[in-house]
Amino acid sequence: MFLINCPYCGERDQQEFKAGGEAHIERPKQPTELSDDEWAEYLFMRKNIKGVQFERWNHAHGCRKWFNMVRDTSNDEIKAIYKMGEKPPSQ
Amino acid sequence: MTKNLRVKSSEYIDETNRISFKFNGKKYHGFKGDTLASALLANDIHLVGRSFKYHRPRGIMTSGSEEPNAIVQINPGTNRTEPNVRATEVEIYEGLEASSQNCWPSVEFDIGGINNFLSPFLPAGFYYKTFMWPASFWEKYEFFIRHSAGLGKSPTSSDPDIYDHRNVHCDVLVIGAGISGILAAKNAAKNNFKTLLVDEKNELGGSTIFENTDFNKIDNKTPSEWLKKEIEELKSIKNLEIKTRTSIAAYHQYNYLLARENLTDHLETKNKTNKVRQRLLKIRAKKVILATGALERPLIFNNNDRPGIMLSSAVKKYSEFYGVACGNKNVFFTNNDSAYESALSLYNKGITVAAIIDIRDQSKSKIVKKVEEAGIKIYWSHSIVDTAGYKRLKKVTIMKLSNDGTSVTGSKVSISCDCLGVAGGWTPAVHLYTQSGSKLKFDDEKNVFLPNQNTPEQISVGSCSGDFKIDEIIKNLDQKLKDTLNIKETGLDNIKVEIDQESSKRNIWLLPSDKPLGKTKPFVDYQNDATAKDIKLALREGFRSIEHVKRYTTTGMGTDQGKLGNMHALGIIADTAGVKMGELGTTTFRPPYTPLTFGAIVGRNVGEFFDVFRRTPMNDWHVQNKAEFENVGQWKRAWYYPVNGETMHQAVQRESKAARESAGILDASTLGKIDIQGSDASEFLNRVYTNAWSKLGIGKCRYGLMLNEDGMVYDDGVTTRLGENHYIMTTTTGGAANVLGKLEDYLQTEWPELDVYLTSVTDHYATASLCGPNSKKILKKIIPDLDLSDENFPHMSFKEANIGHIQCRIMRISFTGEQSYEINVQASYGKDLWEKCIEAGQEFNITPYGTETMHLLRAEKGFIIVGQDTDGTMTPIDLQMDWIVSKKKYDFIGKRSLYRSDTMREDRKQLVGLLTDDPKIVLEEGAQIVSELNQSPVEMLGHVTSSYFSPNLNKSIALAVVRGGKDMMGKKLFVPMENKNINVTVANPVFYDAKNERLNA
Ligand SMILES: [Zn+2]
Repeated sequence: MFLINCPYCGERDQQEFKAGGEAHIERPKQPTELSDDEWAEYLFMRKNIKGVQFERWNHAHGCRKWFNMVRDTSNDEIKAIYKMGEKPPSQ
Repeated sequence: MTKNLRVKSSEYIDETNRISFKFNGKKYHGFKGDTLASALLANDIHLVGRSFKYHRPRGIMTSGSEEPNAIVQINPGTNRTEPNVRATEVEIYEGLEASSQNCWPSVEFDIGGINNFLSPFLPAGFYYKTFMWPASFWEKYEFFIRHSAGLGKSPTSSDPDIYDHRNVHCDVLVIGAGISGILAAKNAAKNNFKTLLVDEKNELGGSTIFENTDFNKIDNKTPSEWLKKEIEELKSIKNLEIKTRTSIAAYHQYNYLLARENLTDHLETKNKTNKVRQRLLKIRAKKVILATGALERPLIFNNNDRPGIMLSSAVKKYSEFYGVACGNKNVFFTNNDSAYESALSLYNKGITVAAIIDIRDQSKSKIVKKVEEAGIKIYWSHSIVDTAGYKRLKKVTIMKLSNDGTSVTGSKVSISCDCLGVAGGWTPAVHLYTQSGSKLKFDDEKNVFLPNQNTPEQISVGSCSGDFKIDEIIKNLDQKLKDTLNIKETGLDNIKVEIDQESSKRNIWLLPSDKPLGKTKPFVDYQNDATAKDIKLALREGFRSIEHVKRYTTTGMGTDQGKLGNMHALGIIADTAGVKMGELGTTTFRPPYTPLTFGAIVGRNVGEFFDVFRRTPMNDWHVQNKAEFENVGQWKRAWYYPVNGETMHQAVQRESKAARESAGILDASTLGKIDIQGSDASEFLNRVYTNAWSKLGIGKCRYGLMLNEDGMVYDDGVTTRLGENHYIMTTTTGGAANVLGKLEDYLQTEWPELDVYLTSVTDHYATASLCGPNSKKILKKIIPDLDLSDENFPHMSFKEANIGHIQCRIMRISFTGEQSYEINVQASYGKDLWEKCIEAGQEFNITPYGTETMHLLRAEKGFIIVGQDTDGTMTPIDLQMDWIVSKKKYDFIGKRSLYRSDTMREDRKQLVGLLTDDPKIVLEEGAQIVSELNQSPVEMLGHVTSSYFSPNLNKSIALAVVRGGKDMMGKKLFVPMENKNINVTVANPVFYDAKNERLNA
């Protein structure tokens, strides 16, 4: 059970949060310009890395804010947490 | 006749407090302070159970939670009965009853014992090999297996006890109150860390508390005397909380631990009521100090499982702590010095120790010398090759061990005895450490797996970190505490420890016998009857991974998780396969460390608290009017209102007719409601719905369909424009929370530039939906001054009004095809509003209707229900709702996906109406649809999604999804059922009032 440091509320139990998949996949601004393959890439393809992964999380039972997390999926170490729109930390 | 083996008074046993209890129906006596195990041993009872596979007689082996054999059923036949309880952990109380498990008809005579003689035919993987084929025989096998095996019985009536959960936050959690845990907790608390010390036993002090020998001294006192003083001091320390009878079940990441605090199991039954029995502590600790100690290892030799064969350390604890001798004539079998302490403990109390068999060739420590001086015979370089005695150990047979330890030589010597204490060294209890995710390393010198890391958040101290001797413990503890707690002084460096113990040991994982392995029974896992032979067989059959060998042989898979034998299993595998122990790794230690009751896991979340129910403000009225309810999400919704003993069908037919002929009323409070405000609210709706919103006038309503980004229908509902920058959106009842979450997600992450604010107001409003040709007249009676003319208040529009002083929002919208008004008021006025409508509607026979009638009425109109007629694979085009998808808008959620090659296929499943050729036959929802009856296999074209008998059309109607159904209008299809084939015809899904004339009727 993680202890997650919500950038708006501070440390809270994982139970209060919802995971939201891979981060930094921007919704295309002009979807109609994309080929089926390009749209499918955005829609379906996710990395699911064993190791350091950039993820979206939501403080669903708290402030309801979305934020980003860098997590090592092999040992669940949370390496960084930063707000939506902020630049991801360089590794 | 029962014997009394109580040998001396112990300060932990209150001999003035005699307690009677029953074991296997027979009455015995013990004293306050006894465990069931110690009390039975005092009555000279070793045989307490039968093993799982061979049903061999088994006795008490340990004095703690690692016990593999003495597994009992507590209070059998009562509603408090509990199976799989370790007799070594049960504190006796007046009236306690316990019985053996896994034996039938009795532990003394057990029919399954015949398996023992069949054992050559029951090798490793026997169950896998024998019972896997043919599959249809499994039912027969299962009966046989369950009947002859079976670990205990679960209670058949509900649990009378109360369980609780509690969140605990502390700076330092110390697990284990042995000498190292006590010293660690004391230092942490004294340095102002909020500290919690837990121990699974009822007394503090671990094994040091009964360490009364003269060989080890701390500050010139016996370790037990010294530690008692330390424990006394703990009581006056602030910041320190101590919880006994509390075992850590699980150690998760980020120092999150679950502990079970046992509060009433040791009390007499009459004192258990109305108290919390067990409390699950959810502990979040900044630092964790693991002081979980070590478990003594047995030795693996032929017939090492007979009742009377115990761990040497257990023999010592029963003698020193409980004042019980485990036998009249004792023998010890060892590979290190610790058995000599146990031997001396018995000797000093005048109990016979017949011999010590030591596989080493010598030991020079003083304690060994003392044993020799006492005249106890020591057989150096000897091993036990066999034991005898079926229900109780009678003798051991020994032979000289070869220099390389792989064979035995010379002549056999038999030694009669009724108790054998076995000492195979110590295994650090690293289970919790590894549960936390931390890694182990193998120490070749000590032959143990040790914690490989100490971090600022977690350290292991004492024997669980490989420090087995008091001097090592104290020395290393001093440095570890300074590092972890970041403190300068511990006071531990001043403690003077004298110790006389040699750490020499000789490690042989599997001891040889004069017979070949195939003819012997050296048990590695006692509970599951896995022998060394089974492990070797698994390796011969090609299993290499330790995890596979474990599952194939079931080694370590019992309720004790193989706490005693796992190391030997690893050792035997390593020896046989010729690899090093460290390379082999270990099996994963999974929570819980000791079994957890279901009660503790669920806590207070039982009965009506098991899952939260949401009820509408009108709920009391529905209950009073005998509504039947259905669960929709967490809501309890009125389903139908039977009168005069109507069946559901009769009630729904009546309600449906009344709503179309005169007036009906529905509690629609559960629909999700989201208040949307901001200067970009219209643009936001444009992006989330498939249709256009910018031009919707203030005071107008519009139906919207929301897709997922993959183009599939996600939710629907009517949204009303309350003002220039203000909308109220309704969602489906079940989808409300997810829709809000999805909208927030897009707003925060994709379109943060939009000025939009979302507020869930579902619970703030109560909604009554008036429907039917007389609904306007009823509303007029309630709100006389509101102009209800179709010009002023047309379909799909909104008005604000007052009913007396109650403000309300009224939407003229319809889910039934009838003229309808949805009246929304502040939730607290909901019941008031409802009763006013019922009263005003009396003259029009207003009929309350539930969700079932609502579903029927909308099906007559061909309106979809998201989640019933859709399943996450339906696009609006599939639903034949092309009209709602804007062609003009550049983008909305899911738009691009509607143009993917797959979603544009003509042969996708599409929503159609179905009419049965026989109008009386009502299709089953979920029934499959085919176009051919005489073909096998036949393509399944689709399935029925909604089906009803329509009282207004007087025929059966259904909605279905059918492959290519859009172009099948009028086509004959078939619905094959178990006993008949139903002929159906594809039809327009709008069955009733296709021209929508009734909306303004
Ligand atoms: Zn937050």
